[in-house]
Amino acid sequence: MSADVTTMKTAAETGLAQTFAQARAKLPGGKAVAAQREAAFDAFAKSGLPHRRIEEWKYTDLRALMRDAKPLAAPPDAAAKVLARTAGALAGDLEARRLVFVDGAFVPELSDTTKLEEGLSVGSLADALTAGDPALTRYLGKLAPADDAAVALNTALMGDGAVIRVAAGAVIKRPLHLVFVSSAKPSASFVRSLLIVEPSARAMLIESHEGPAGSDYQVNAALELFAGDQAHVDYVKLIADGAQALHVSTLAAAIGGKARFNAFSFVAGGAVVRNQLFLRFDGEDTVAGIRGATLIRGHQHADTTLVANHIAEGCQSREVFKAVLDDEAHSVFQGRIIVSPGAQKTDAKMMTRALLLSERAEADSKPELEIFADDVQCGHGATAGALDDELKFYLMARGIPDAEAEALLIQAFLGEAIEGIEDAGLRESLMEAVAVWLKSRGPKQ
Amino acid sequence: MALLEVKNLHVAIDGKEILKGLDLSVNAGEVHAIMGPNGSGKSTLAYVLAGKADYEPTQGEVLFNGRNLFDMSPDERAAAGMFLAFQYPLEIPGVATMTFLRTALNAQRKKRGEAELSTPQFLKTVRDAAGKLGIDQEMLRRGVNVGFSGGEKKRNEVLQMALLEPKLAILDETDSGLDIDALKIAADGVNRLRGPGRSFVVITHYQRLLNYIVPDVVHVLSAGRIVRTGGKELALELEARGYAEYQEEAAV
Repeated sequence: MSADVTTMKTAAETGLAQTFAQARAKLPGGKAVAAQREAAFDAFAKSGLPHRRIEEWKYTDLRALMRDAKPLAAPPDAAAKVLARTAGALAGDLEARRLVFVDGAFVPELSDTTKLEEGLSVGSLADALTAGDPALTRYLGKLAPADDAAVALNTALMGDGAVIRVAAGAVIKRPLHLVFVSSAKPSASFVRSLLIVEPSARAMLIESHEGPAGSDYQVNAALELFAGDQAHVDYVKLIADGAQALHVSTLAAAIGGKARFNAFSFVAGGAVVRNQLFLRFDGEDTVAGIRGATLIRGHQHADTTLVANHIAEGCQSREVFKAVLDDEAHSVFQGRIIVSPGAQKTDAKMMTRALLLSERAEADSKPELEIFADDVQCGHGATAGALDDELKFYLMARGIPDAEAEALLIQAFLGEAIEGIEDAGLRESLMEAVAVWLKSRGPKQ
Repeated sequence: MALLEVKNLHVAIDGKEILKGLDLSVNAGEVHAIMGPNGSGKSTLAYVLAGKADYEPTQGEVLFNGRNLFDMSPDERAAAGMFLAFQYPLEIPGVATMTFLRTALNAQRKKRGEAELSTPQFLKTVRDAAGKLGIDQEMLRRGVNVGFSGGEKKRNEVLQMALLEPKLAILDETDSGLDIDALKIAADGVNRLRGPGRSFVVITHYQRLLNYIVPDVVHVLSAGRIVRTGGKELALELEARGYAEYQEEAAV
């Protein structure tokens, strides 16, 4: 008798296996990419969907939360494309260069790929894979952790995405905006993007996700981001998916020396969201600001998992994550700062705060420091609490009505994270999004 | 009719009775001082009038401008002309003082059916009022009271009072924690606001503040009741003789 224990496969796991079996021959890419896909799916199949006994997924039991696997999305039809025209409004009017993806597929006619600035190249991953672009092999899969189930599924099933490259020294002033829109059909999309910012270049990338409220679609999005020495990269992810959507996002980034890197995650949509960031500071004296704001209500579940690995000396990183929870929403923050043995003079501070507007909401936070160097300044803090009644009374005693007083305090709470965004227009758009969210708060029980 | 009419007011906190039948009548334009030893119920009176939760009126009534005060939420009381200058003004990080002042002023105007102030109008009003109190523009940009000294916080309370133009201002120990210069600035600010349309209830432990804000009527509060009422000379008498006799009286 064999001692192997075969766990029962869930409907979602069986569905994913079927999806891969049917799609493997049609997915873009040559032999090497096909082998990469096979290896990734095998790795996934061995462990299955992550569950609460896997430490990294302790609070987001994907095996329980993902009830089924939706079929891979078909190419978008005309109606879906019409809806996508106005998508991405959450970012405000930044006059960004839009690259639009509907159900995970690049839509050239909705995208702006003309008059590219000198040093900028943009394209679709599907095209690059089909063309067998040799440059891809230098980057694809080099940063995303292969042992992560979400990444493995993404690698196995990636259909399209953006490939963006900024040549050394090029300063791209106009922001780039990847607009991901899901249509009404409950399908699954796996998008994989690459952003390569060469030394001394500068770029700002916004990535937004949205879709209809009534569809339980599934999105698995991954971005591998390479920033060279003295590069300056601002990255903003806006997750505003429909109320029934399952969204799994991965950012894997490697940052060079004397660089500036800012990342901001705004999570307001989706039924289940897992937003993971794997950051590596490879070069000395880089300054990074990693921030996020989550606003959830109803039964929404939003997990932010961050690993910031300081490998080189003298980097400074600030991590600030805020969550506002209403009703029975559940937020998770897992943040791990790693300081490798050679990373002396690291200065890393992480703070996570949750504001619970309802007694039934739940916020879990797990900050961790793993320090293997002795001359560093590292710290972390975590708080969770309700609105301060004393402050609210002070505002009301000045004539500010109840709901407005609460809104002011909630905006102030999130402000600390949002004010870290350098672009003033984007900052205002997000504060406006917060205001809209606050206005739609239901009457109190 | 008096602007503020407190009749047989009993107030309990966590089931413990603090005010035990307090009567007070303040006419329009009058300045009343309420003096008393620690624990006599001075701050409780201030908070219950402003509408703080957990301060539960168990008996009696309060009429403010003829309306039942306990039917009104704290913001409604403010819009009706009630203002409490806090003993310990709170710090609100992330809410700029300017935003706070503007939100408060416009909320009150809206509730009274008045038009909101235009931005230039508002800015000019704030600058003028702040200038008189020695509050600089940089402070107005900061979070409410964040990084303010004790004196600056109290001046900020007086600034709010000047902008909101209440009918009744309750000053809860505005003198506490202030040196003599800060006290004079705050008192001058209050005195500029005195007029026939505005009444004050000045709550204080010490007579010192009343040298600068001269009251029309002085009350002694002890063990939850007004035990004596007189003119401004009563404050001097209390300064000379202390509260001992009233505490004994209350204990009987």
